[in-house]
Amino acid sequence: MFRRTAIVAAAVVAALTLAGCGGSAASSSSSSGTPTLSGDITVFAAASLTGTFTRLGKDFEAAHPGVKVNFNFAGSSALAKQIDEGAPADVFASAAPKNMDEVTDKNAPTTFVKNTLEIAVPKGNPGNITGIKDFADKTKKIALCAVQVPCGAAADKVFKAVGITAEPDSLEQDVKAALTKVSLGEVDAALVYKTDVLSAKDKVEGIEFPEASKAVNEYPIATLSRAPNPAGARAFVDYVLSDKGKTVLTAAGFDAP
Amino acid sequence: MSRRSRSTSGRLPLALLVPALLGLAFLLVPLIGLLAKAPWSTLPQRLFSTDVWQALKLSLLCATAATAVCLVLGVPLAWLLARGELPGRSVMRAFVTVPLVLPPVVGGVALLLVLGRRGLIGQHLYQWFGISLPFTTAGVVVAEAFVAMPFLVISVEGALRAADPRYEEAAATLGAGRWMTFRRVTLPSIVPGIVAGTVLCWARALGEFGATITFAGNFPGRTTTMPLAVYLALETDPDVAVVLSLVLLFVSVVVLASLRDRWISGMR
Repeated sequence: MFRRTAIVAAAVVAALTLAGCGGSAASSSSSSGTPTLSGDITVFAAASLTGTFTRLGKDFEAAHPGVKVNFNFAGSSALAKQIDEGAPADVFASAAPKNMDEVTDKNAPTTFVKNTLEIAVPKGNPGNITGIKDFADKTKKIALCAVQVPCGAAADKVFKAVGITAEPDSLEQDVKAALTKVSLGEVDAALVYKTDVLSAKDKVEGIEFPEASKAVNEYPIATLSRAPNPAGARAFVDYVLSDKGKTVLTAAGFDAP
Repeated sequence: MSRRSRSTSGRLPLALLVPALLGLAFLLVPLIGLLAKAPWSTLPQRLFSTDVWQALKLSLLCATAATAVCLVLGVPLAWLLARGELPGRSVMRAFVTVPLVLPPVVGGVALLLVLGRRGLIGQHLYQWFGISLPFTTAGVVVAEAFVAMPFLVISVEGALRAADPRYEEAAATLGAGRWMTFRRVTLPSIVPGIVAGTVLCWARALGEFGATITFAGNFPGRTTTMPLAVYLALETDPDVAVVLSLVLLFVSVVVLASLRDRWISGMR
C-alpha cells in the first residue's frame, strides 16, 4: 500500500517536472518571434480585480487554445511581497502604484484603469446620507478603510480636499470589509470604490460626489522580468490594454486611464 | 516529586524524545524569526507610543472580560454536557465545537447577522433599548467570547468526565441537593481543569483577530486590540508589526507562566 502510494507520488512528481520543462520550452520558442502561445500564464492581481480579470482570463483562453491563465488574487501589498520573495508570477496588476514600485524585477508598468471613490449606503439610505459632509457627522455610523490600506489613504485625501474631519466608527482592514458593513446595514455609509458599489448593487446604493476626483486611484500592470512565460505575459497585458479588455473593465465601473 | 521525574528523564526513549524536540523546535522557530527580525535599535521609541499601550490595555481588558463571560456561561454548559442526562447531548457537544472549526471571519459575519443593528436579535436590542454591539468594546468581548468559549467548555467537560462521580453520589446520599453538590463537591474537584481551560480561553481571546475585526470593527481605543493593530501595521510598516507581536507575546507568556504555577499547584 505504502509502496504503491510512493510510486504514484513519484509518477506525479515526474509528470509535473515534465510539464514544467514543456512549459518553459514552449514559452522560450514563442519568445523567438512566433505568435503562437502555450503553457501557463500566472497573473498576480489585486483583489478588486477578481471579477473582471477572471472574465478576461476566460476570454483570453478562448482566444488562445492551449493556454491556461492562473490567477492569484490578494491584497496588492501581499502580492508585491510574494513576488519579491520569488513567487513565479508572469504578470502583476496592482491596485496602487506604491505596491508596483515595491516590486523590483519588473518591466515598465502601464496604468490600465482608474478607480474612483463613491459613497456607499445601504439600500433605501436609512441614514439619510446626502453627501461627503455627512462623514463628519458624529451621529451617523460610518465605516472607512484604515489609512494604511489604499482606499483609506484615498479617503483621507478626499477629506483633506473637502476640509472636514471624518468621524468614523470603524477603520476597516480592506475595502470589501467596509462594503460588507454597508450591505449588512451596520453602518449608514462607507467610502468605497465605484466598482465595489456596482459589485453589490442589489444591497448597496452609490452616491457620487465631486471631490472624488481629488483622489483617483491608478492601477498599474506590468510583466515581470523573471516571468517563467514572458511571451504569454506580454500577450496577456496587451489583451488587458486592448479595446476588449477596456470594455470588460469599464462595464465593472472602472474608468479608462 | 519533581526530582524523581528528572531522574527518569535519562531513560526517555529516543522514539519519543526526537519528535518531541522537533515539535518544540517547530513551535519555537517562528518566534525566533520574530526576534531576529525585530528592530532592536528603535525598539524603545516604538514601544512607548501611546497607540501600543492603548491597544495592549484594550486587549488585556477584553480578553479578561471575555474569559469571565466564558467562565460564567461555559462551566455550567460543560456540566450540562458531562452530567445532565439530556437527549441529543452528542449533537450539543458537536455544536459547542462549531466556533473552533468556523473561520473566525465567518464567525464575525454570523455574529453580525444575529447581533448586528439589523440582526435577528440585534434589531430588537437596537429598537427597544438603543443598544448596538458592533463597533463597541462590548462587541469585542462578544466576538472573543464566541471564539474562545469552546476551549473552556471542552477542558472543563473533560475534567468533569474524569472526576470520580462517587463523591457526588456520597454528597447526595448525605442529603446535599444538586446545586450544593455542584458548589461544594464537583467544582473543587475540577479546579485544575477549569484553570487549564481558563488559560487556553484567555490566550485564544487575546490573539483573536478575524471575528473581532468583522463584528466589532477597528477603531483605536475602542475596538483596536493588539492583533488588529499588528495586522494594519503589517500593511505599511512590518517593523512595527514585529514590535507589536513581540509585546503581545511577552505579555501573554508572563501571564501564562504566572498562572501555570497556580495550575500545577492545583494539580496536586
